[in-house]
Amino acid sequence: MSMLTLGASRIGYETKTYFRSPDTLFFTFAFPFVMLAIFSAAFSASGEIGPPGSQISVGAYYLPAMIAAGILLSGVQNLAVDIAMEKSNGTLKRLGGTPLSPISYFLGKIGQVFVTGVLQVGLLILAGWLVLGIQLPTEPEKWLTFAWVFVLGLVTSALVGIALSAVPRSGKSATAVVIPIVLLLQFISGVYLQWNMLPEWLQNFASLFPLKWIAQGMRYVFLPDGWEVLEQNESWNLPGVAIALAIWLVIGLVLSRLTFRWIRRDA
Amino acid sequence: MTTNDVAVSVRNLRKTYGPTTAVDDVSFEIRHGETFALLGPNGAGKSTTIEILEGYRTRTSGAVSVLGTDPAKGGLDWKARLGIVLQSTGETGLLTVAELLAHFAGFYPDPRDVDEVITAVGLQPQAKTRIAKLSGGQQRRVDVALGIVGRPELLFLDEPTTGFDPEARQHFWQLIRRLKAEGTTILLTTHYLEEAAQLADRAGVIAGGRLVAMGGVHEIGGSEARVPVVRWRDASGFVHERRSDEPGRLVASVVAELGREPDGLEVIRPSLEDVYLQLVRSVDPAAESEEVLA
Repeated sequence: MSMLTLGASRIGYETKTYFRSPDTLFFTFAFPFVMLAIFSAAFSASGEIGPPGSQISVGAYYLPAMIAAGILLSGVQNLAVDIAMEKSNGTLKRLGGTPLSPISYFLGKIGQVFVTGVLQVGLLILAGWLVLGIQLPTEPEKWLTFAWVFVLGLVTSALVGIALSAVPRSGKSATAVVIPIVLLLQFISGVYLQWNMLPEWLQNFASLFPLKWIAQGMRYVFLPDGWEVLEQNESWNLPGVAIALAIWLVIGLVLSRLTFRWIRRDA
Repeated sequence: MTTNDVAVSVRNLRKTYGPTTAVDDVSFEIRHGETFALLGPNGAGKSTTIEILEGYRTRTSGAVSVLGTDPAKGGLDWKARLGIVLQSTGETGLLTVAELLAHFAGFYPDPRDVDEVITAVGLQPQAKTRIAKLSGGQQRRVDVALGIVGRPELLFLDEPTTGFDPEARQHFWQLIRRLKAEGTTILLTTHYLEEAAQLADRAGVIAGGRLVAMGGVHEIGGSEARVPVVRWRDASGFVHERRSDEPGRLVASVVAELGREPDGLEVIRPSLEDVYLQLVRSVDPAAESEEVLA
């Protein structure tokens, strides 16, 4: 069996377990839908927002934010908790005693993040369009940007999630370690709170982490022209998005490579 | 014994954790096709030893060869020839028995037929049940099934029948005998002595990290430890206990001496359990007899 064939078999296995796990389904898959619904409903009376001439509904503003949240949850939260659990419940130890290559194992994890991430974001866009009546971009260039920000953001999130899975000391503490980090990032990166309302020092701090850049790229795709005046330096700064995500991708890859083992180190 | 016959070779194995010595100068060999049992109380070093052989733990010193390979350097091709049933496992159990086995079978170059394996461990009625919904003993049988689905040359069984009811244990023993008949080499740890007596060709007793005895299951401890004991009560109620290689002659002489049938007469041949307890207590007098559930 080649590593790739086994990797494909692992993607099937991982995706099946993902959809059979009620916790993951709610807190990772459904959460952005729930938040989008809440934001749209809560602010439905506040009318349209944005710079003059480019005003949109609150729901339309939050669509790119929730897509960014979905990418972060599918990668970081999902994998960090999942792998920490597998480490503590003996799943990894068992796999470590079989001829399964760690590369196939990670292909399975990243593949699962991709399958579920595509489904999640696809359904979010569909729900925004059909249920909330949000206008979607028509320019092919915007969809091309969407594609690379999505892929780069998802791979980076998955690798950061794998690296973060080494931090919790037990399966029980995994959610307690991971969820506050993910939640905090969403508050400071323009996902739950409007980006332009955050003070400059907080914006600068959030720029150290990948979520801010994913959200910025998605705002470029889904918000109308004219909104860039509310960004840092009044620019979408797409090269900045690419560079920041690429740096985090490398950091995630190196940390995953250094910290992953089938079982805790034998002291 | 030529080196070609040897599936597992352990020479002067030591494992220390800081000041604690978990395994102390253990040496043994297992021939191809042989079933070898490691016996010993909890914490004696059985699992540490088996996990070093499986490649999970590093050793402090000593030489170890498993199927011709140093486990510390064993690659995927080497792992493909092993079957490992760990002492404790706990998957999330979201897949069914058949799904999980089919998935694991795919890891190996020449796996067994999944349905045959499910039948062999007696889980056909549960084949389409999610593992989380199985009883503890049934989940343990899934562990065993995962250990044999890759058609291993060498099978590690670390306390495999913990939580089995007597009938399940009988079935498991039959399964192991079939694997033996197919030529599988087996290393078994257990604290069920009857299990060792039923399955193993040879056994080693580990206590306090040291191998205190080794040999055929019916020879272990030496002939000295198996000398029968004759016990009887005299007229004053005093219980006599005497060891003799000729218990019949001893009983005859007691009868002649008393001029009648002695009260409470017993001739006891020490069982594996008696021998084992003697061995373990001689190393660690505090060893609890409750460890033994034969």
